[in-house]
Amino acid sequence: MAHFNLRGAKVSGVAATVPKTIESNRDYELITDAERAMFVKTTGIEQRHVALHGETTGDLCVNSAEVLLRALNWSKDEIDLLIFVSQSPDHFLPATSIIVQDRLGLKKTTASFDINLGCSGYVYGLSVASSMMATGGFRKALLLVGDISTAALNRKDKSTWPLFGDCGTATAIEYNRDYESFFNLQSDGSGKDAIIIPHGGIRNPITPESLIEKEYEPGVTRHLRNLWLNGLDVFNFSVREAPPNVNELLQVMNKTVEDIDFLVMHQANFLMNETIRKKLKFPAEKVPYTLKQYGNTSSASIPLTLVDQFSKQPNPHNRLLLASFGVGLSWGSCYLETDNLVCPPVQLL
Amino acid sequence: MDTIEIFGAKLEQELDGIPPGSIQPTTNYREIPDWSSMHALILIALAETEYNVALTGEDLRKCNTVQDIYDVIKSRKS
Repeated sequence: MAHFNLRGAKVSGVAATVPKTIESNRDYELITDAERAMFVKTTGIEQRHVALHGETTGDLCVNSAEVLLRALNWSKDEIDLLIFVSQSPDHFLPATSIIVQDRLGLKKTTASFDINLGCSGYVYGLSVASSMMATGGFRKALLLVGDISTAALNRKDKSTWPLFGDCGTATAIEYNRDYESFFNLQSDGSGKDAIIIPHGGIRNPITPESLIEKEYEPGVTRHLRNLWLNGLDVFNFSVREAPPNVNELLQVMNKTVEDIDFLVMHQANFLMNETIRKKLKFPAEKVPYTLKQYGNTSSASIPLTLVDQFSKQPNPHNRLLLASFGVGLSWGSCYLETDNLVCPPVQLL
Repeated sequence: MDTIEIFGAKLEQELDGIPPGSIQPTTNYREIPDWSSMHALILIALAETEYNVALTGEDLRKCNTVQDIYDVIKSRKS
């Protein structure tokens, strides 16, 4: 069992940045009007913000971090931990976190490293950051989480192109023994092929063959350096595994749905998330969505949804349950409480 | 477990825009107008939420008619 609790990490603020370029699924030429209506109804996704060539996850996260530090009135010299979670880093090496440490002007005594996770990355990243904070050895941390998923998509693949958007976020965490968080983390690599970029790593290096496009079915053209998604397998996995993971966490904490103010899920697909919500018996008003305007933003979807939800209202106290699930396969849930959470509005870059 | 007629009616309701009574036990689900992977997701979600049964893509590949799908759900329900 990978469930555990930690004392000493307070989440003080969250910021999110999306590229200013918008792709509307109403303009997507590979689907008919009937398919479009069914697509929007099922996925909930009407538009996405997409990065232009040359814009990186690091760029979006740096902007979020700058905005958040200003909003919190934190000095850069106070940051002693920087974690970057992404599956679309700026370079294969060095780690993007270290490049960002310099770009943000953080001190050299800042511990910086990357975590390679996608949809589940925010919950995993929080668990690692919170664990390090709980030691008492770190006072203030930045958790940067984001992805430019569209860089690996093929516009001619209607099974992936209309789903994903890009986003980079920053979460500020500080040492405070009054705060306790709970986690339940899981993984199953037997499902690795459900979401995969087949070529480009050491297992299958890029060759001329990697970039040869092939039409697998009408409207589904891609090459081996593109993202491949088996939507039915991901759907089955998510509705099978996410609810028991969340229920187990609630049980361990001796809490019920009534003890939670908001369940914030990875924004994958409206129908899938609604199926999970109904299985968990959460009322709709406790489960916010950002799929309509941002699509599936991979690792960034939970913090982006937190910002979208909490930048519009005062947040004296919130009891939050976060649930993430996807590529890996990897999934997990987290419970935390926040007070006066600082959330500047979603930024455009 | 619902009868096949009720299952068919629920499927029609979820799929939207399908004339009432057009889904029969003998209907080949792939021939439902504009059938796509989105319809398959709706069907899988229906099985999960209404019957607490997991239907996989492999299950759907093996099925042809609405009756076939109903039988898979019913066998797992029991």
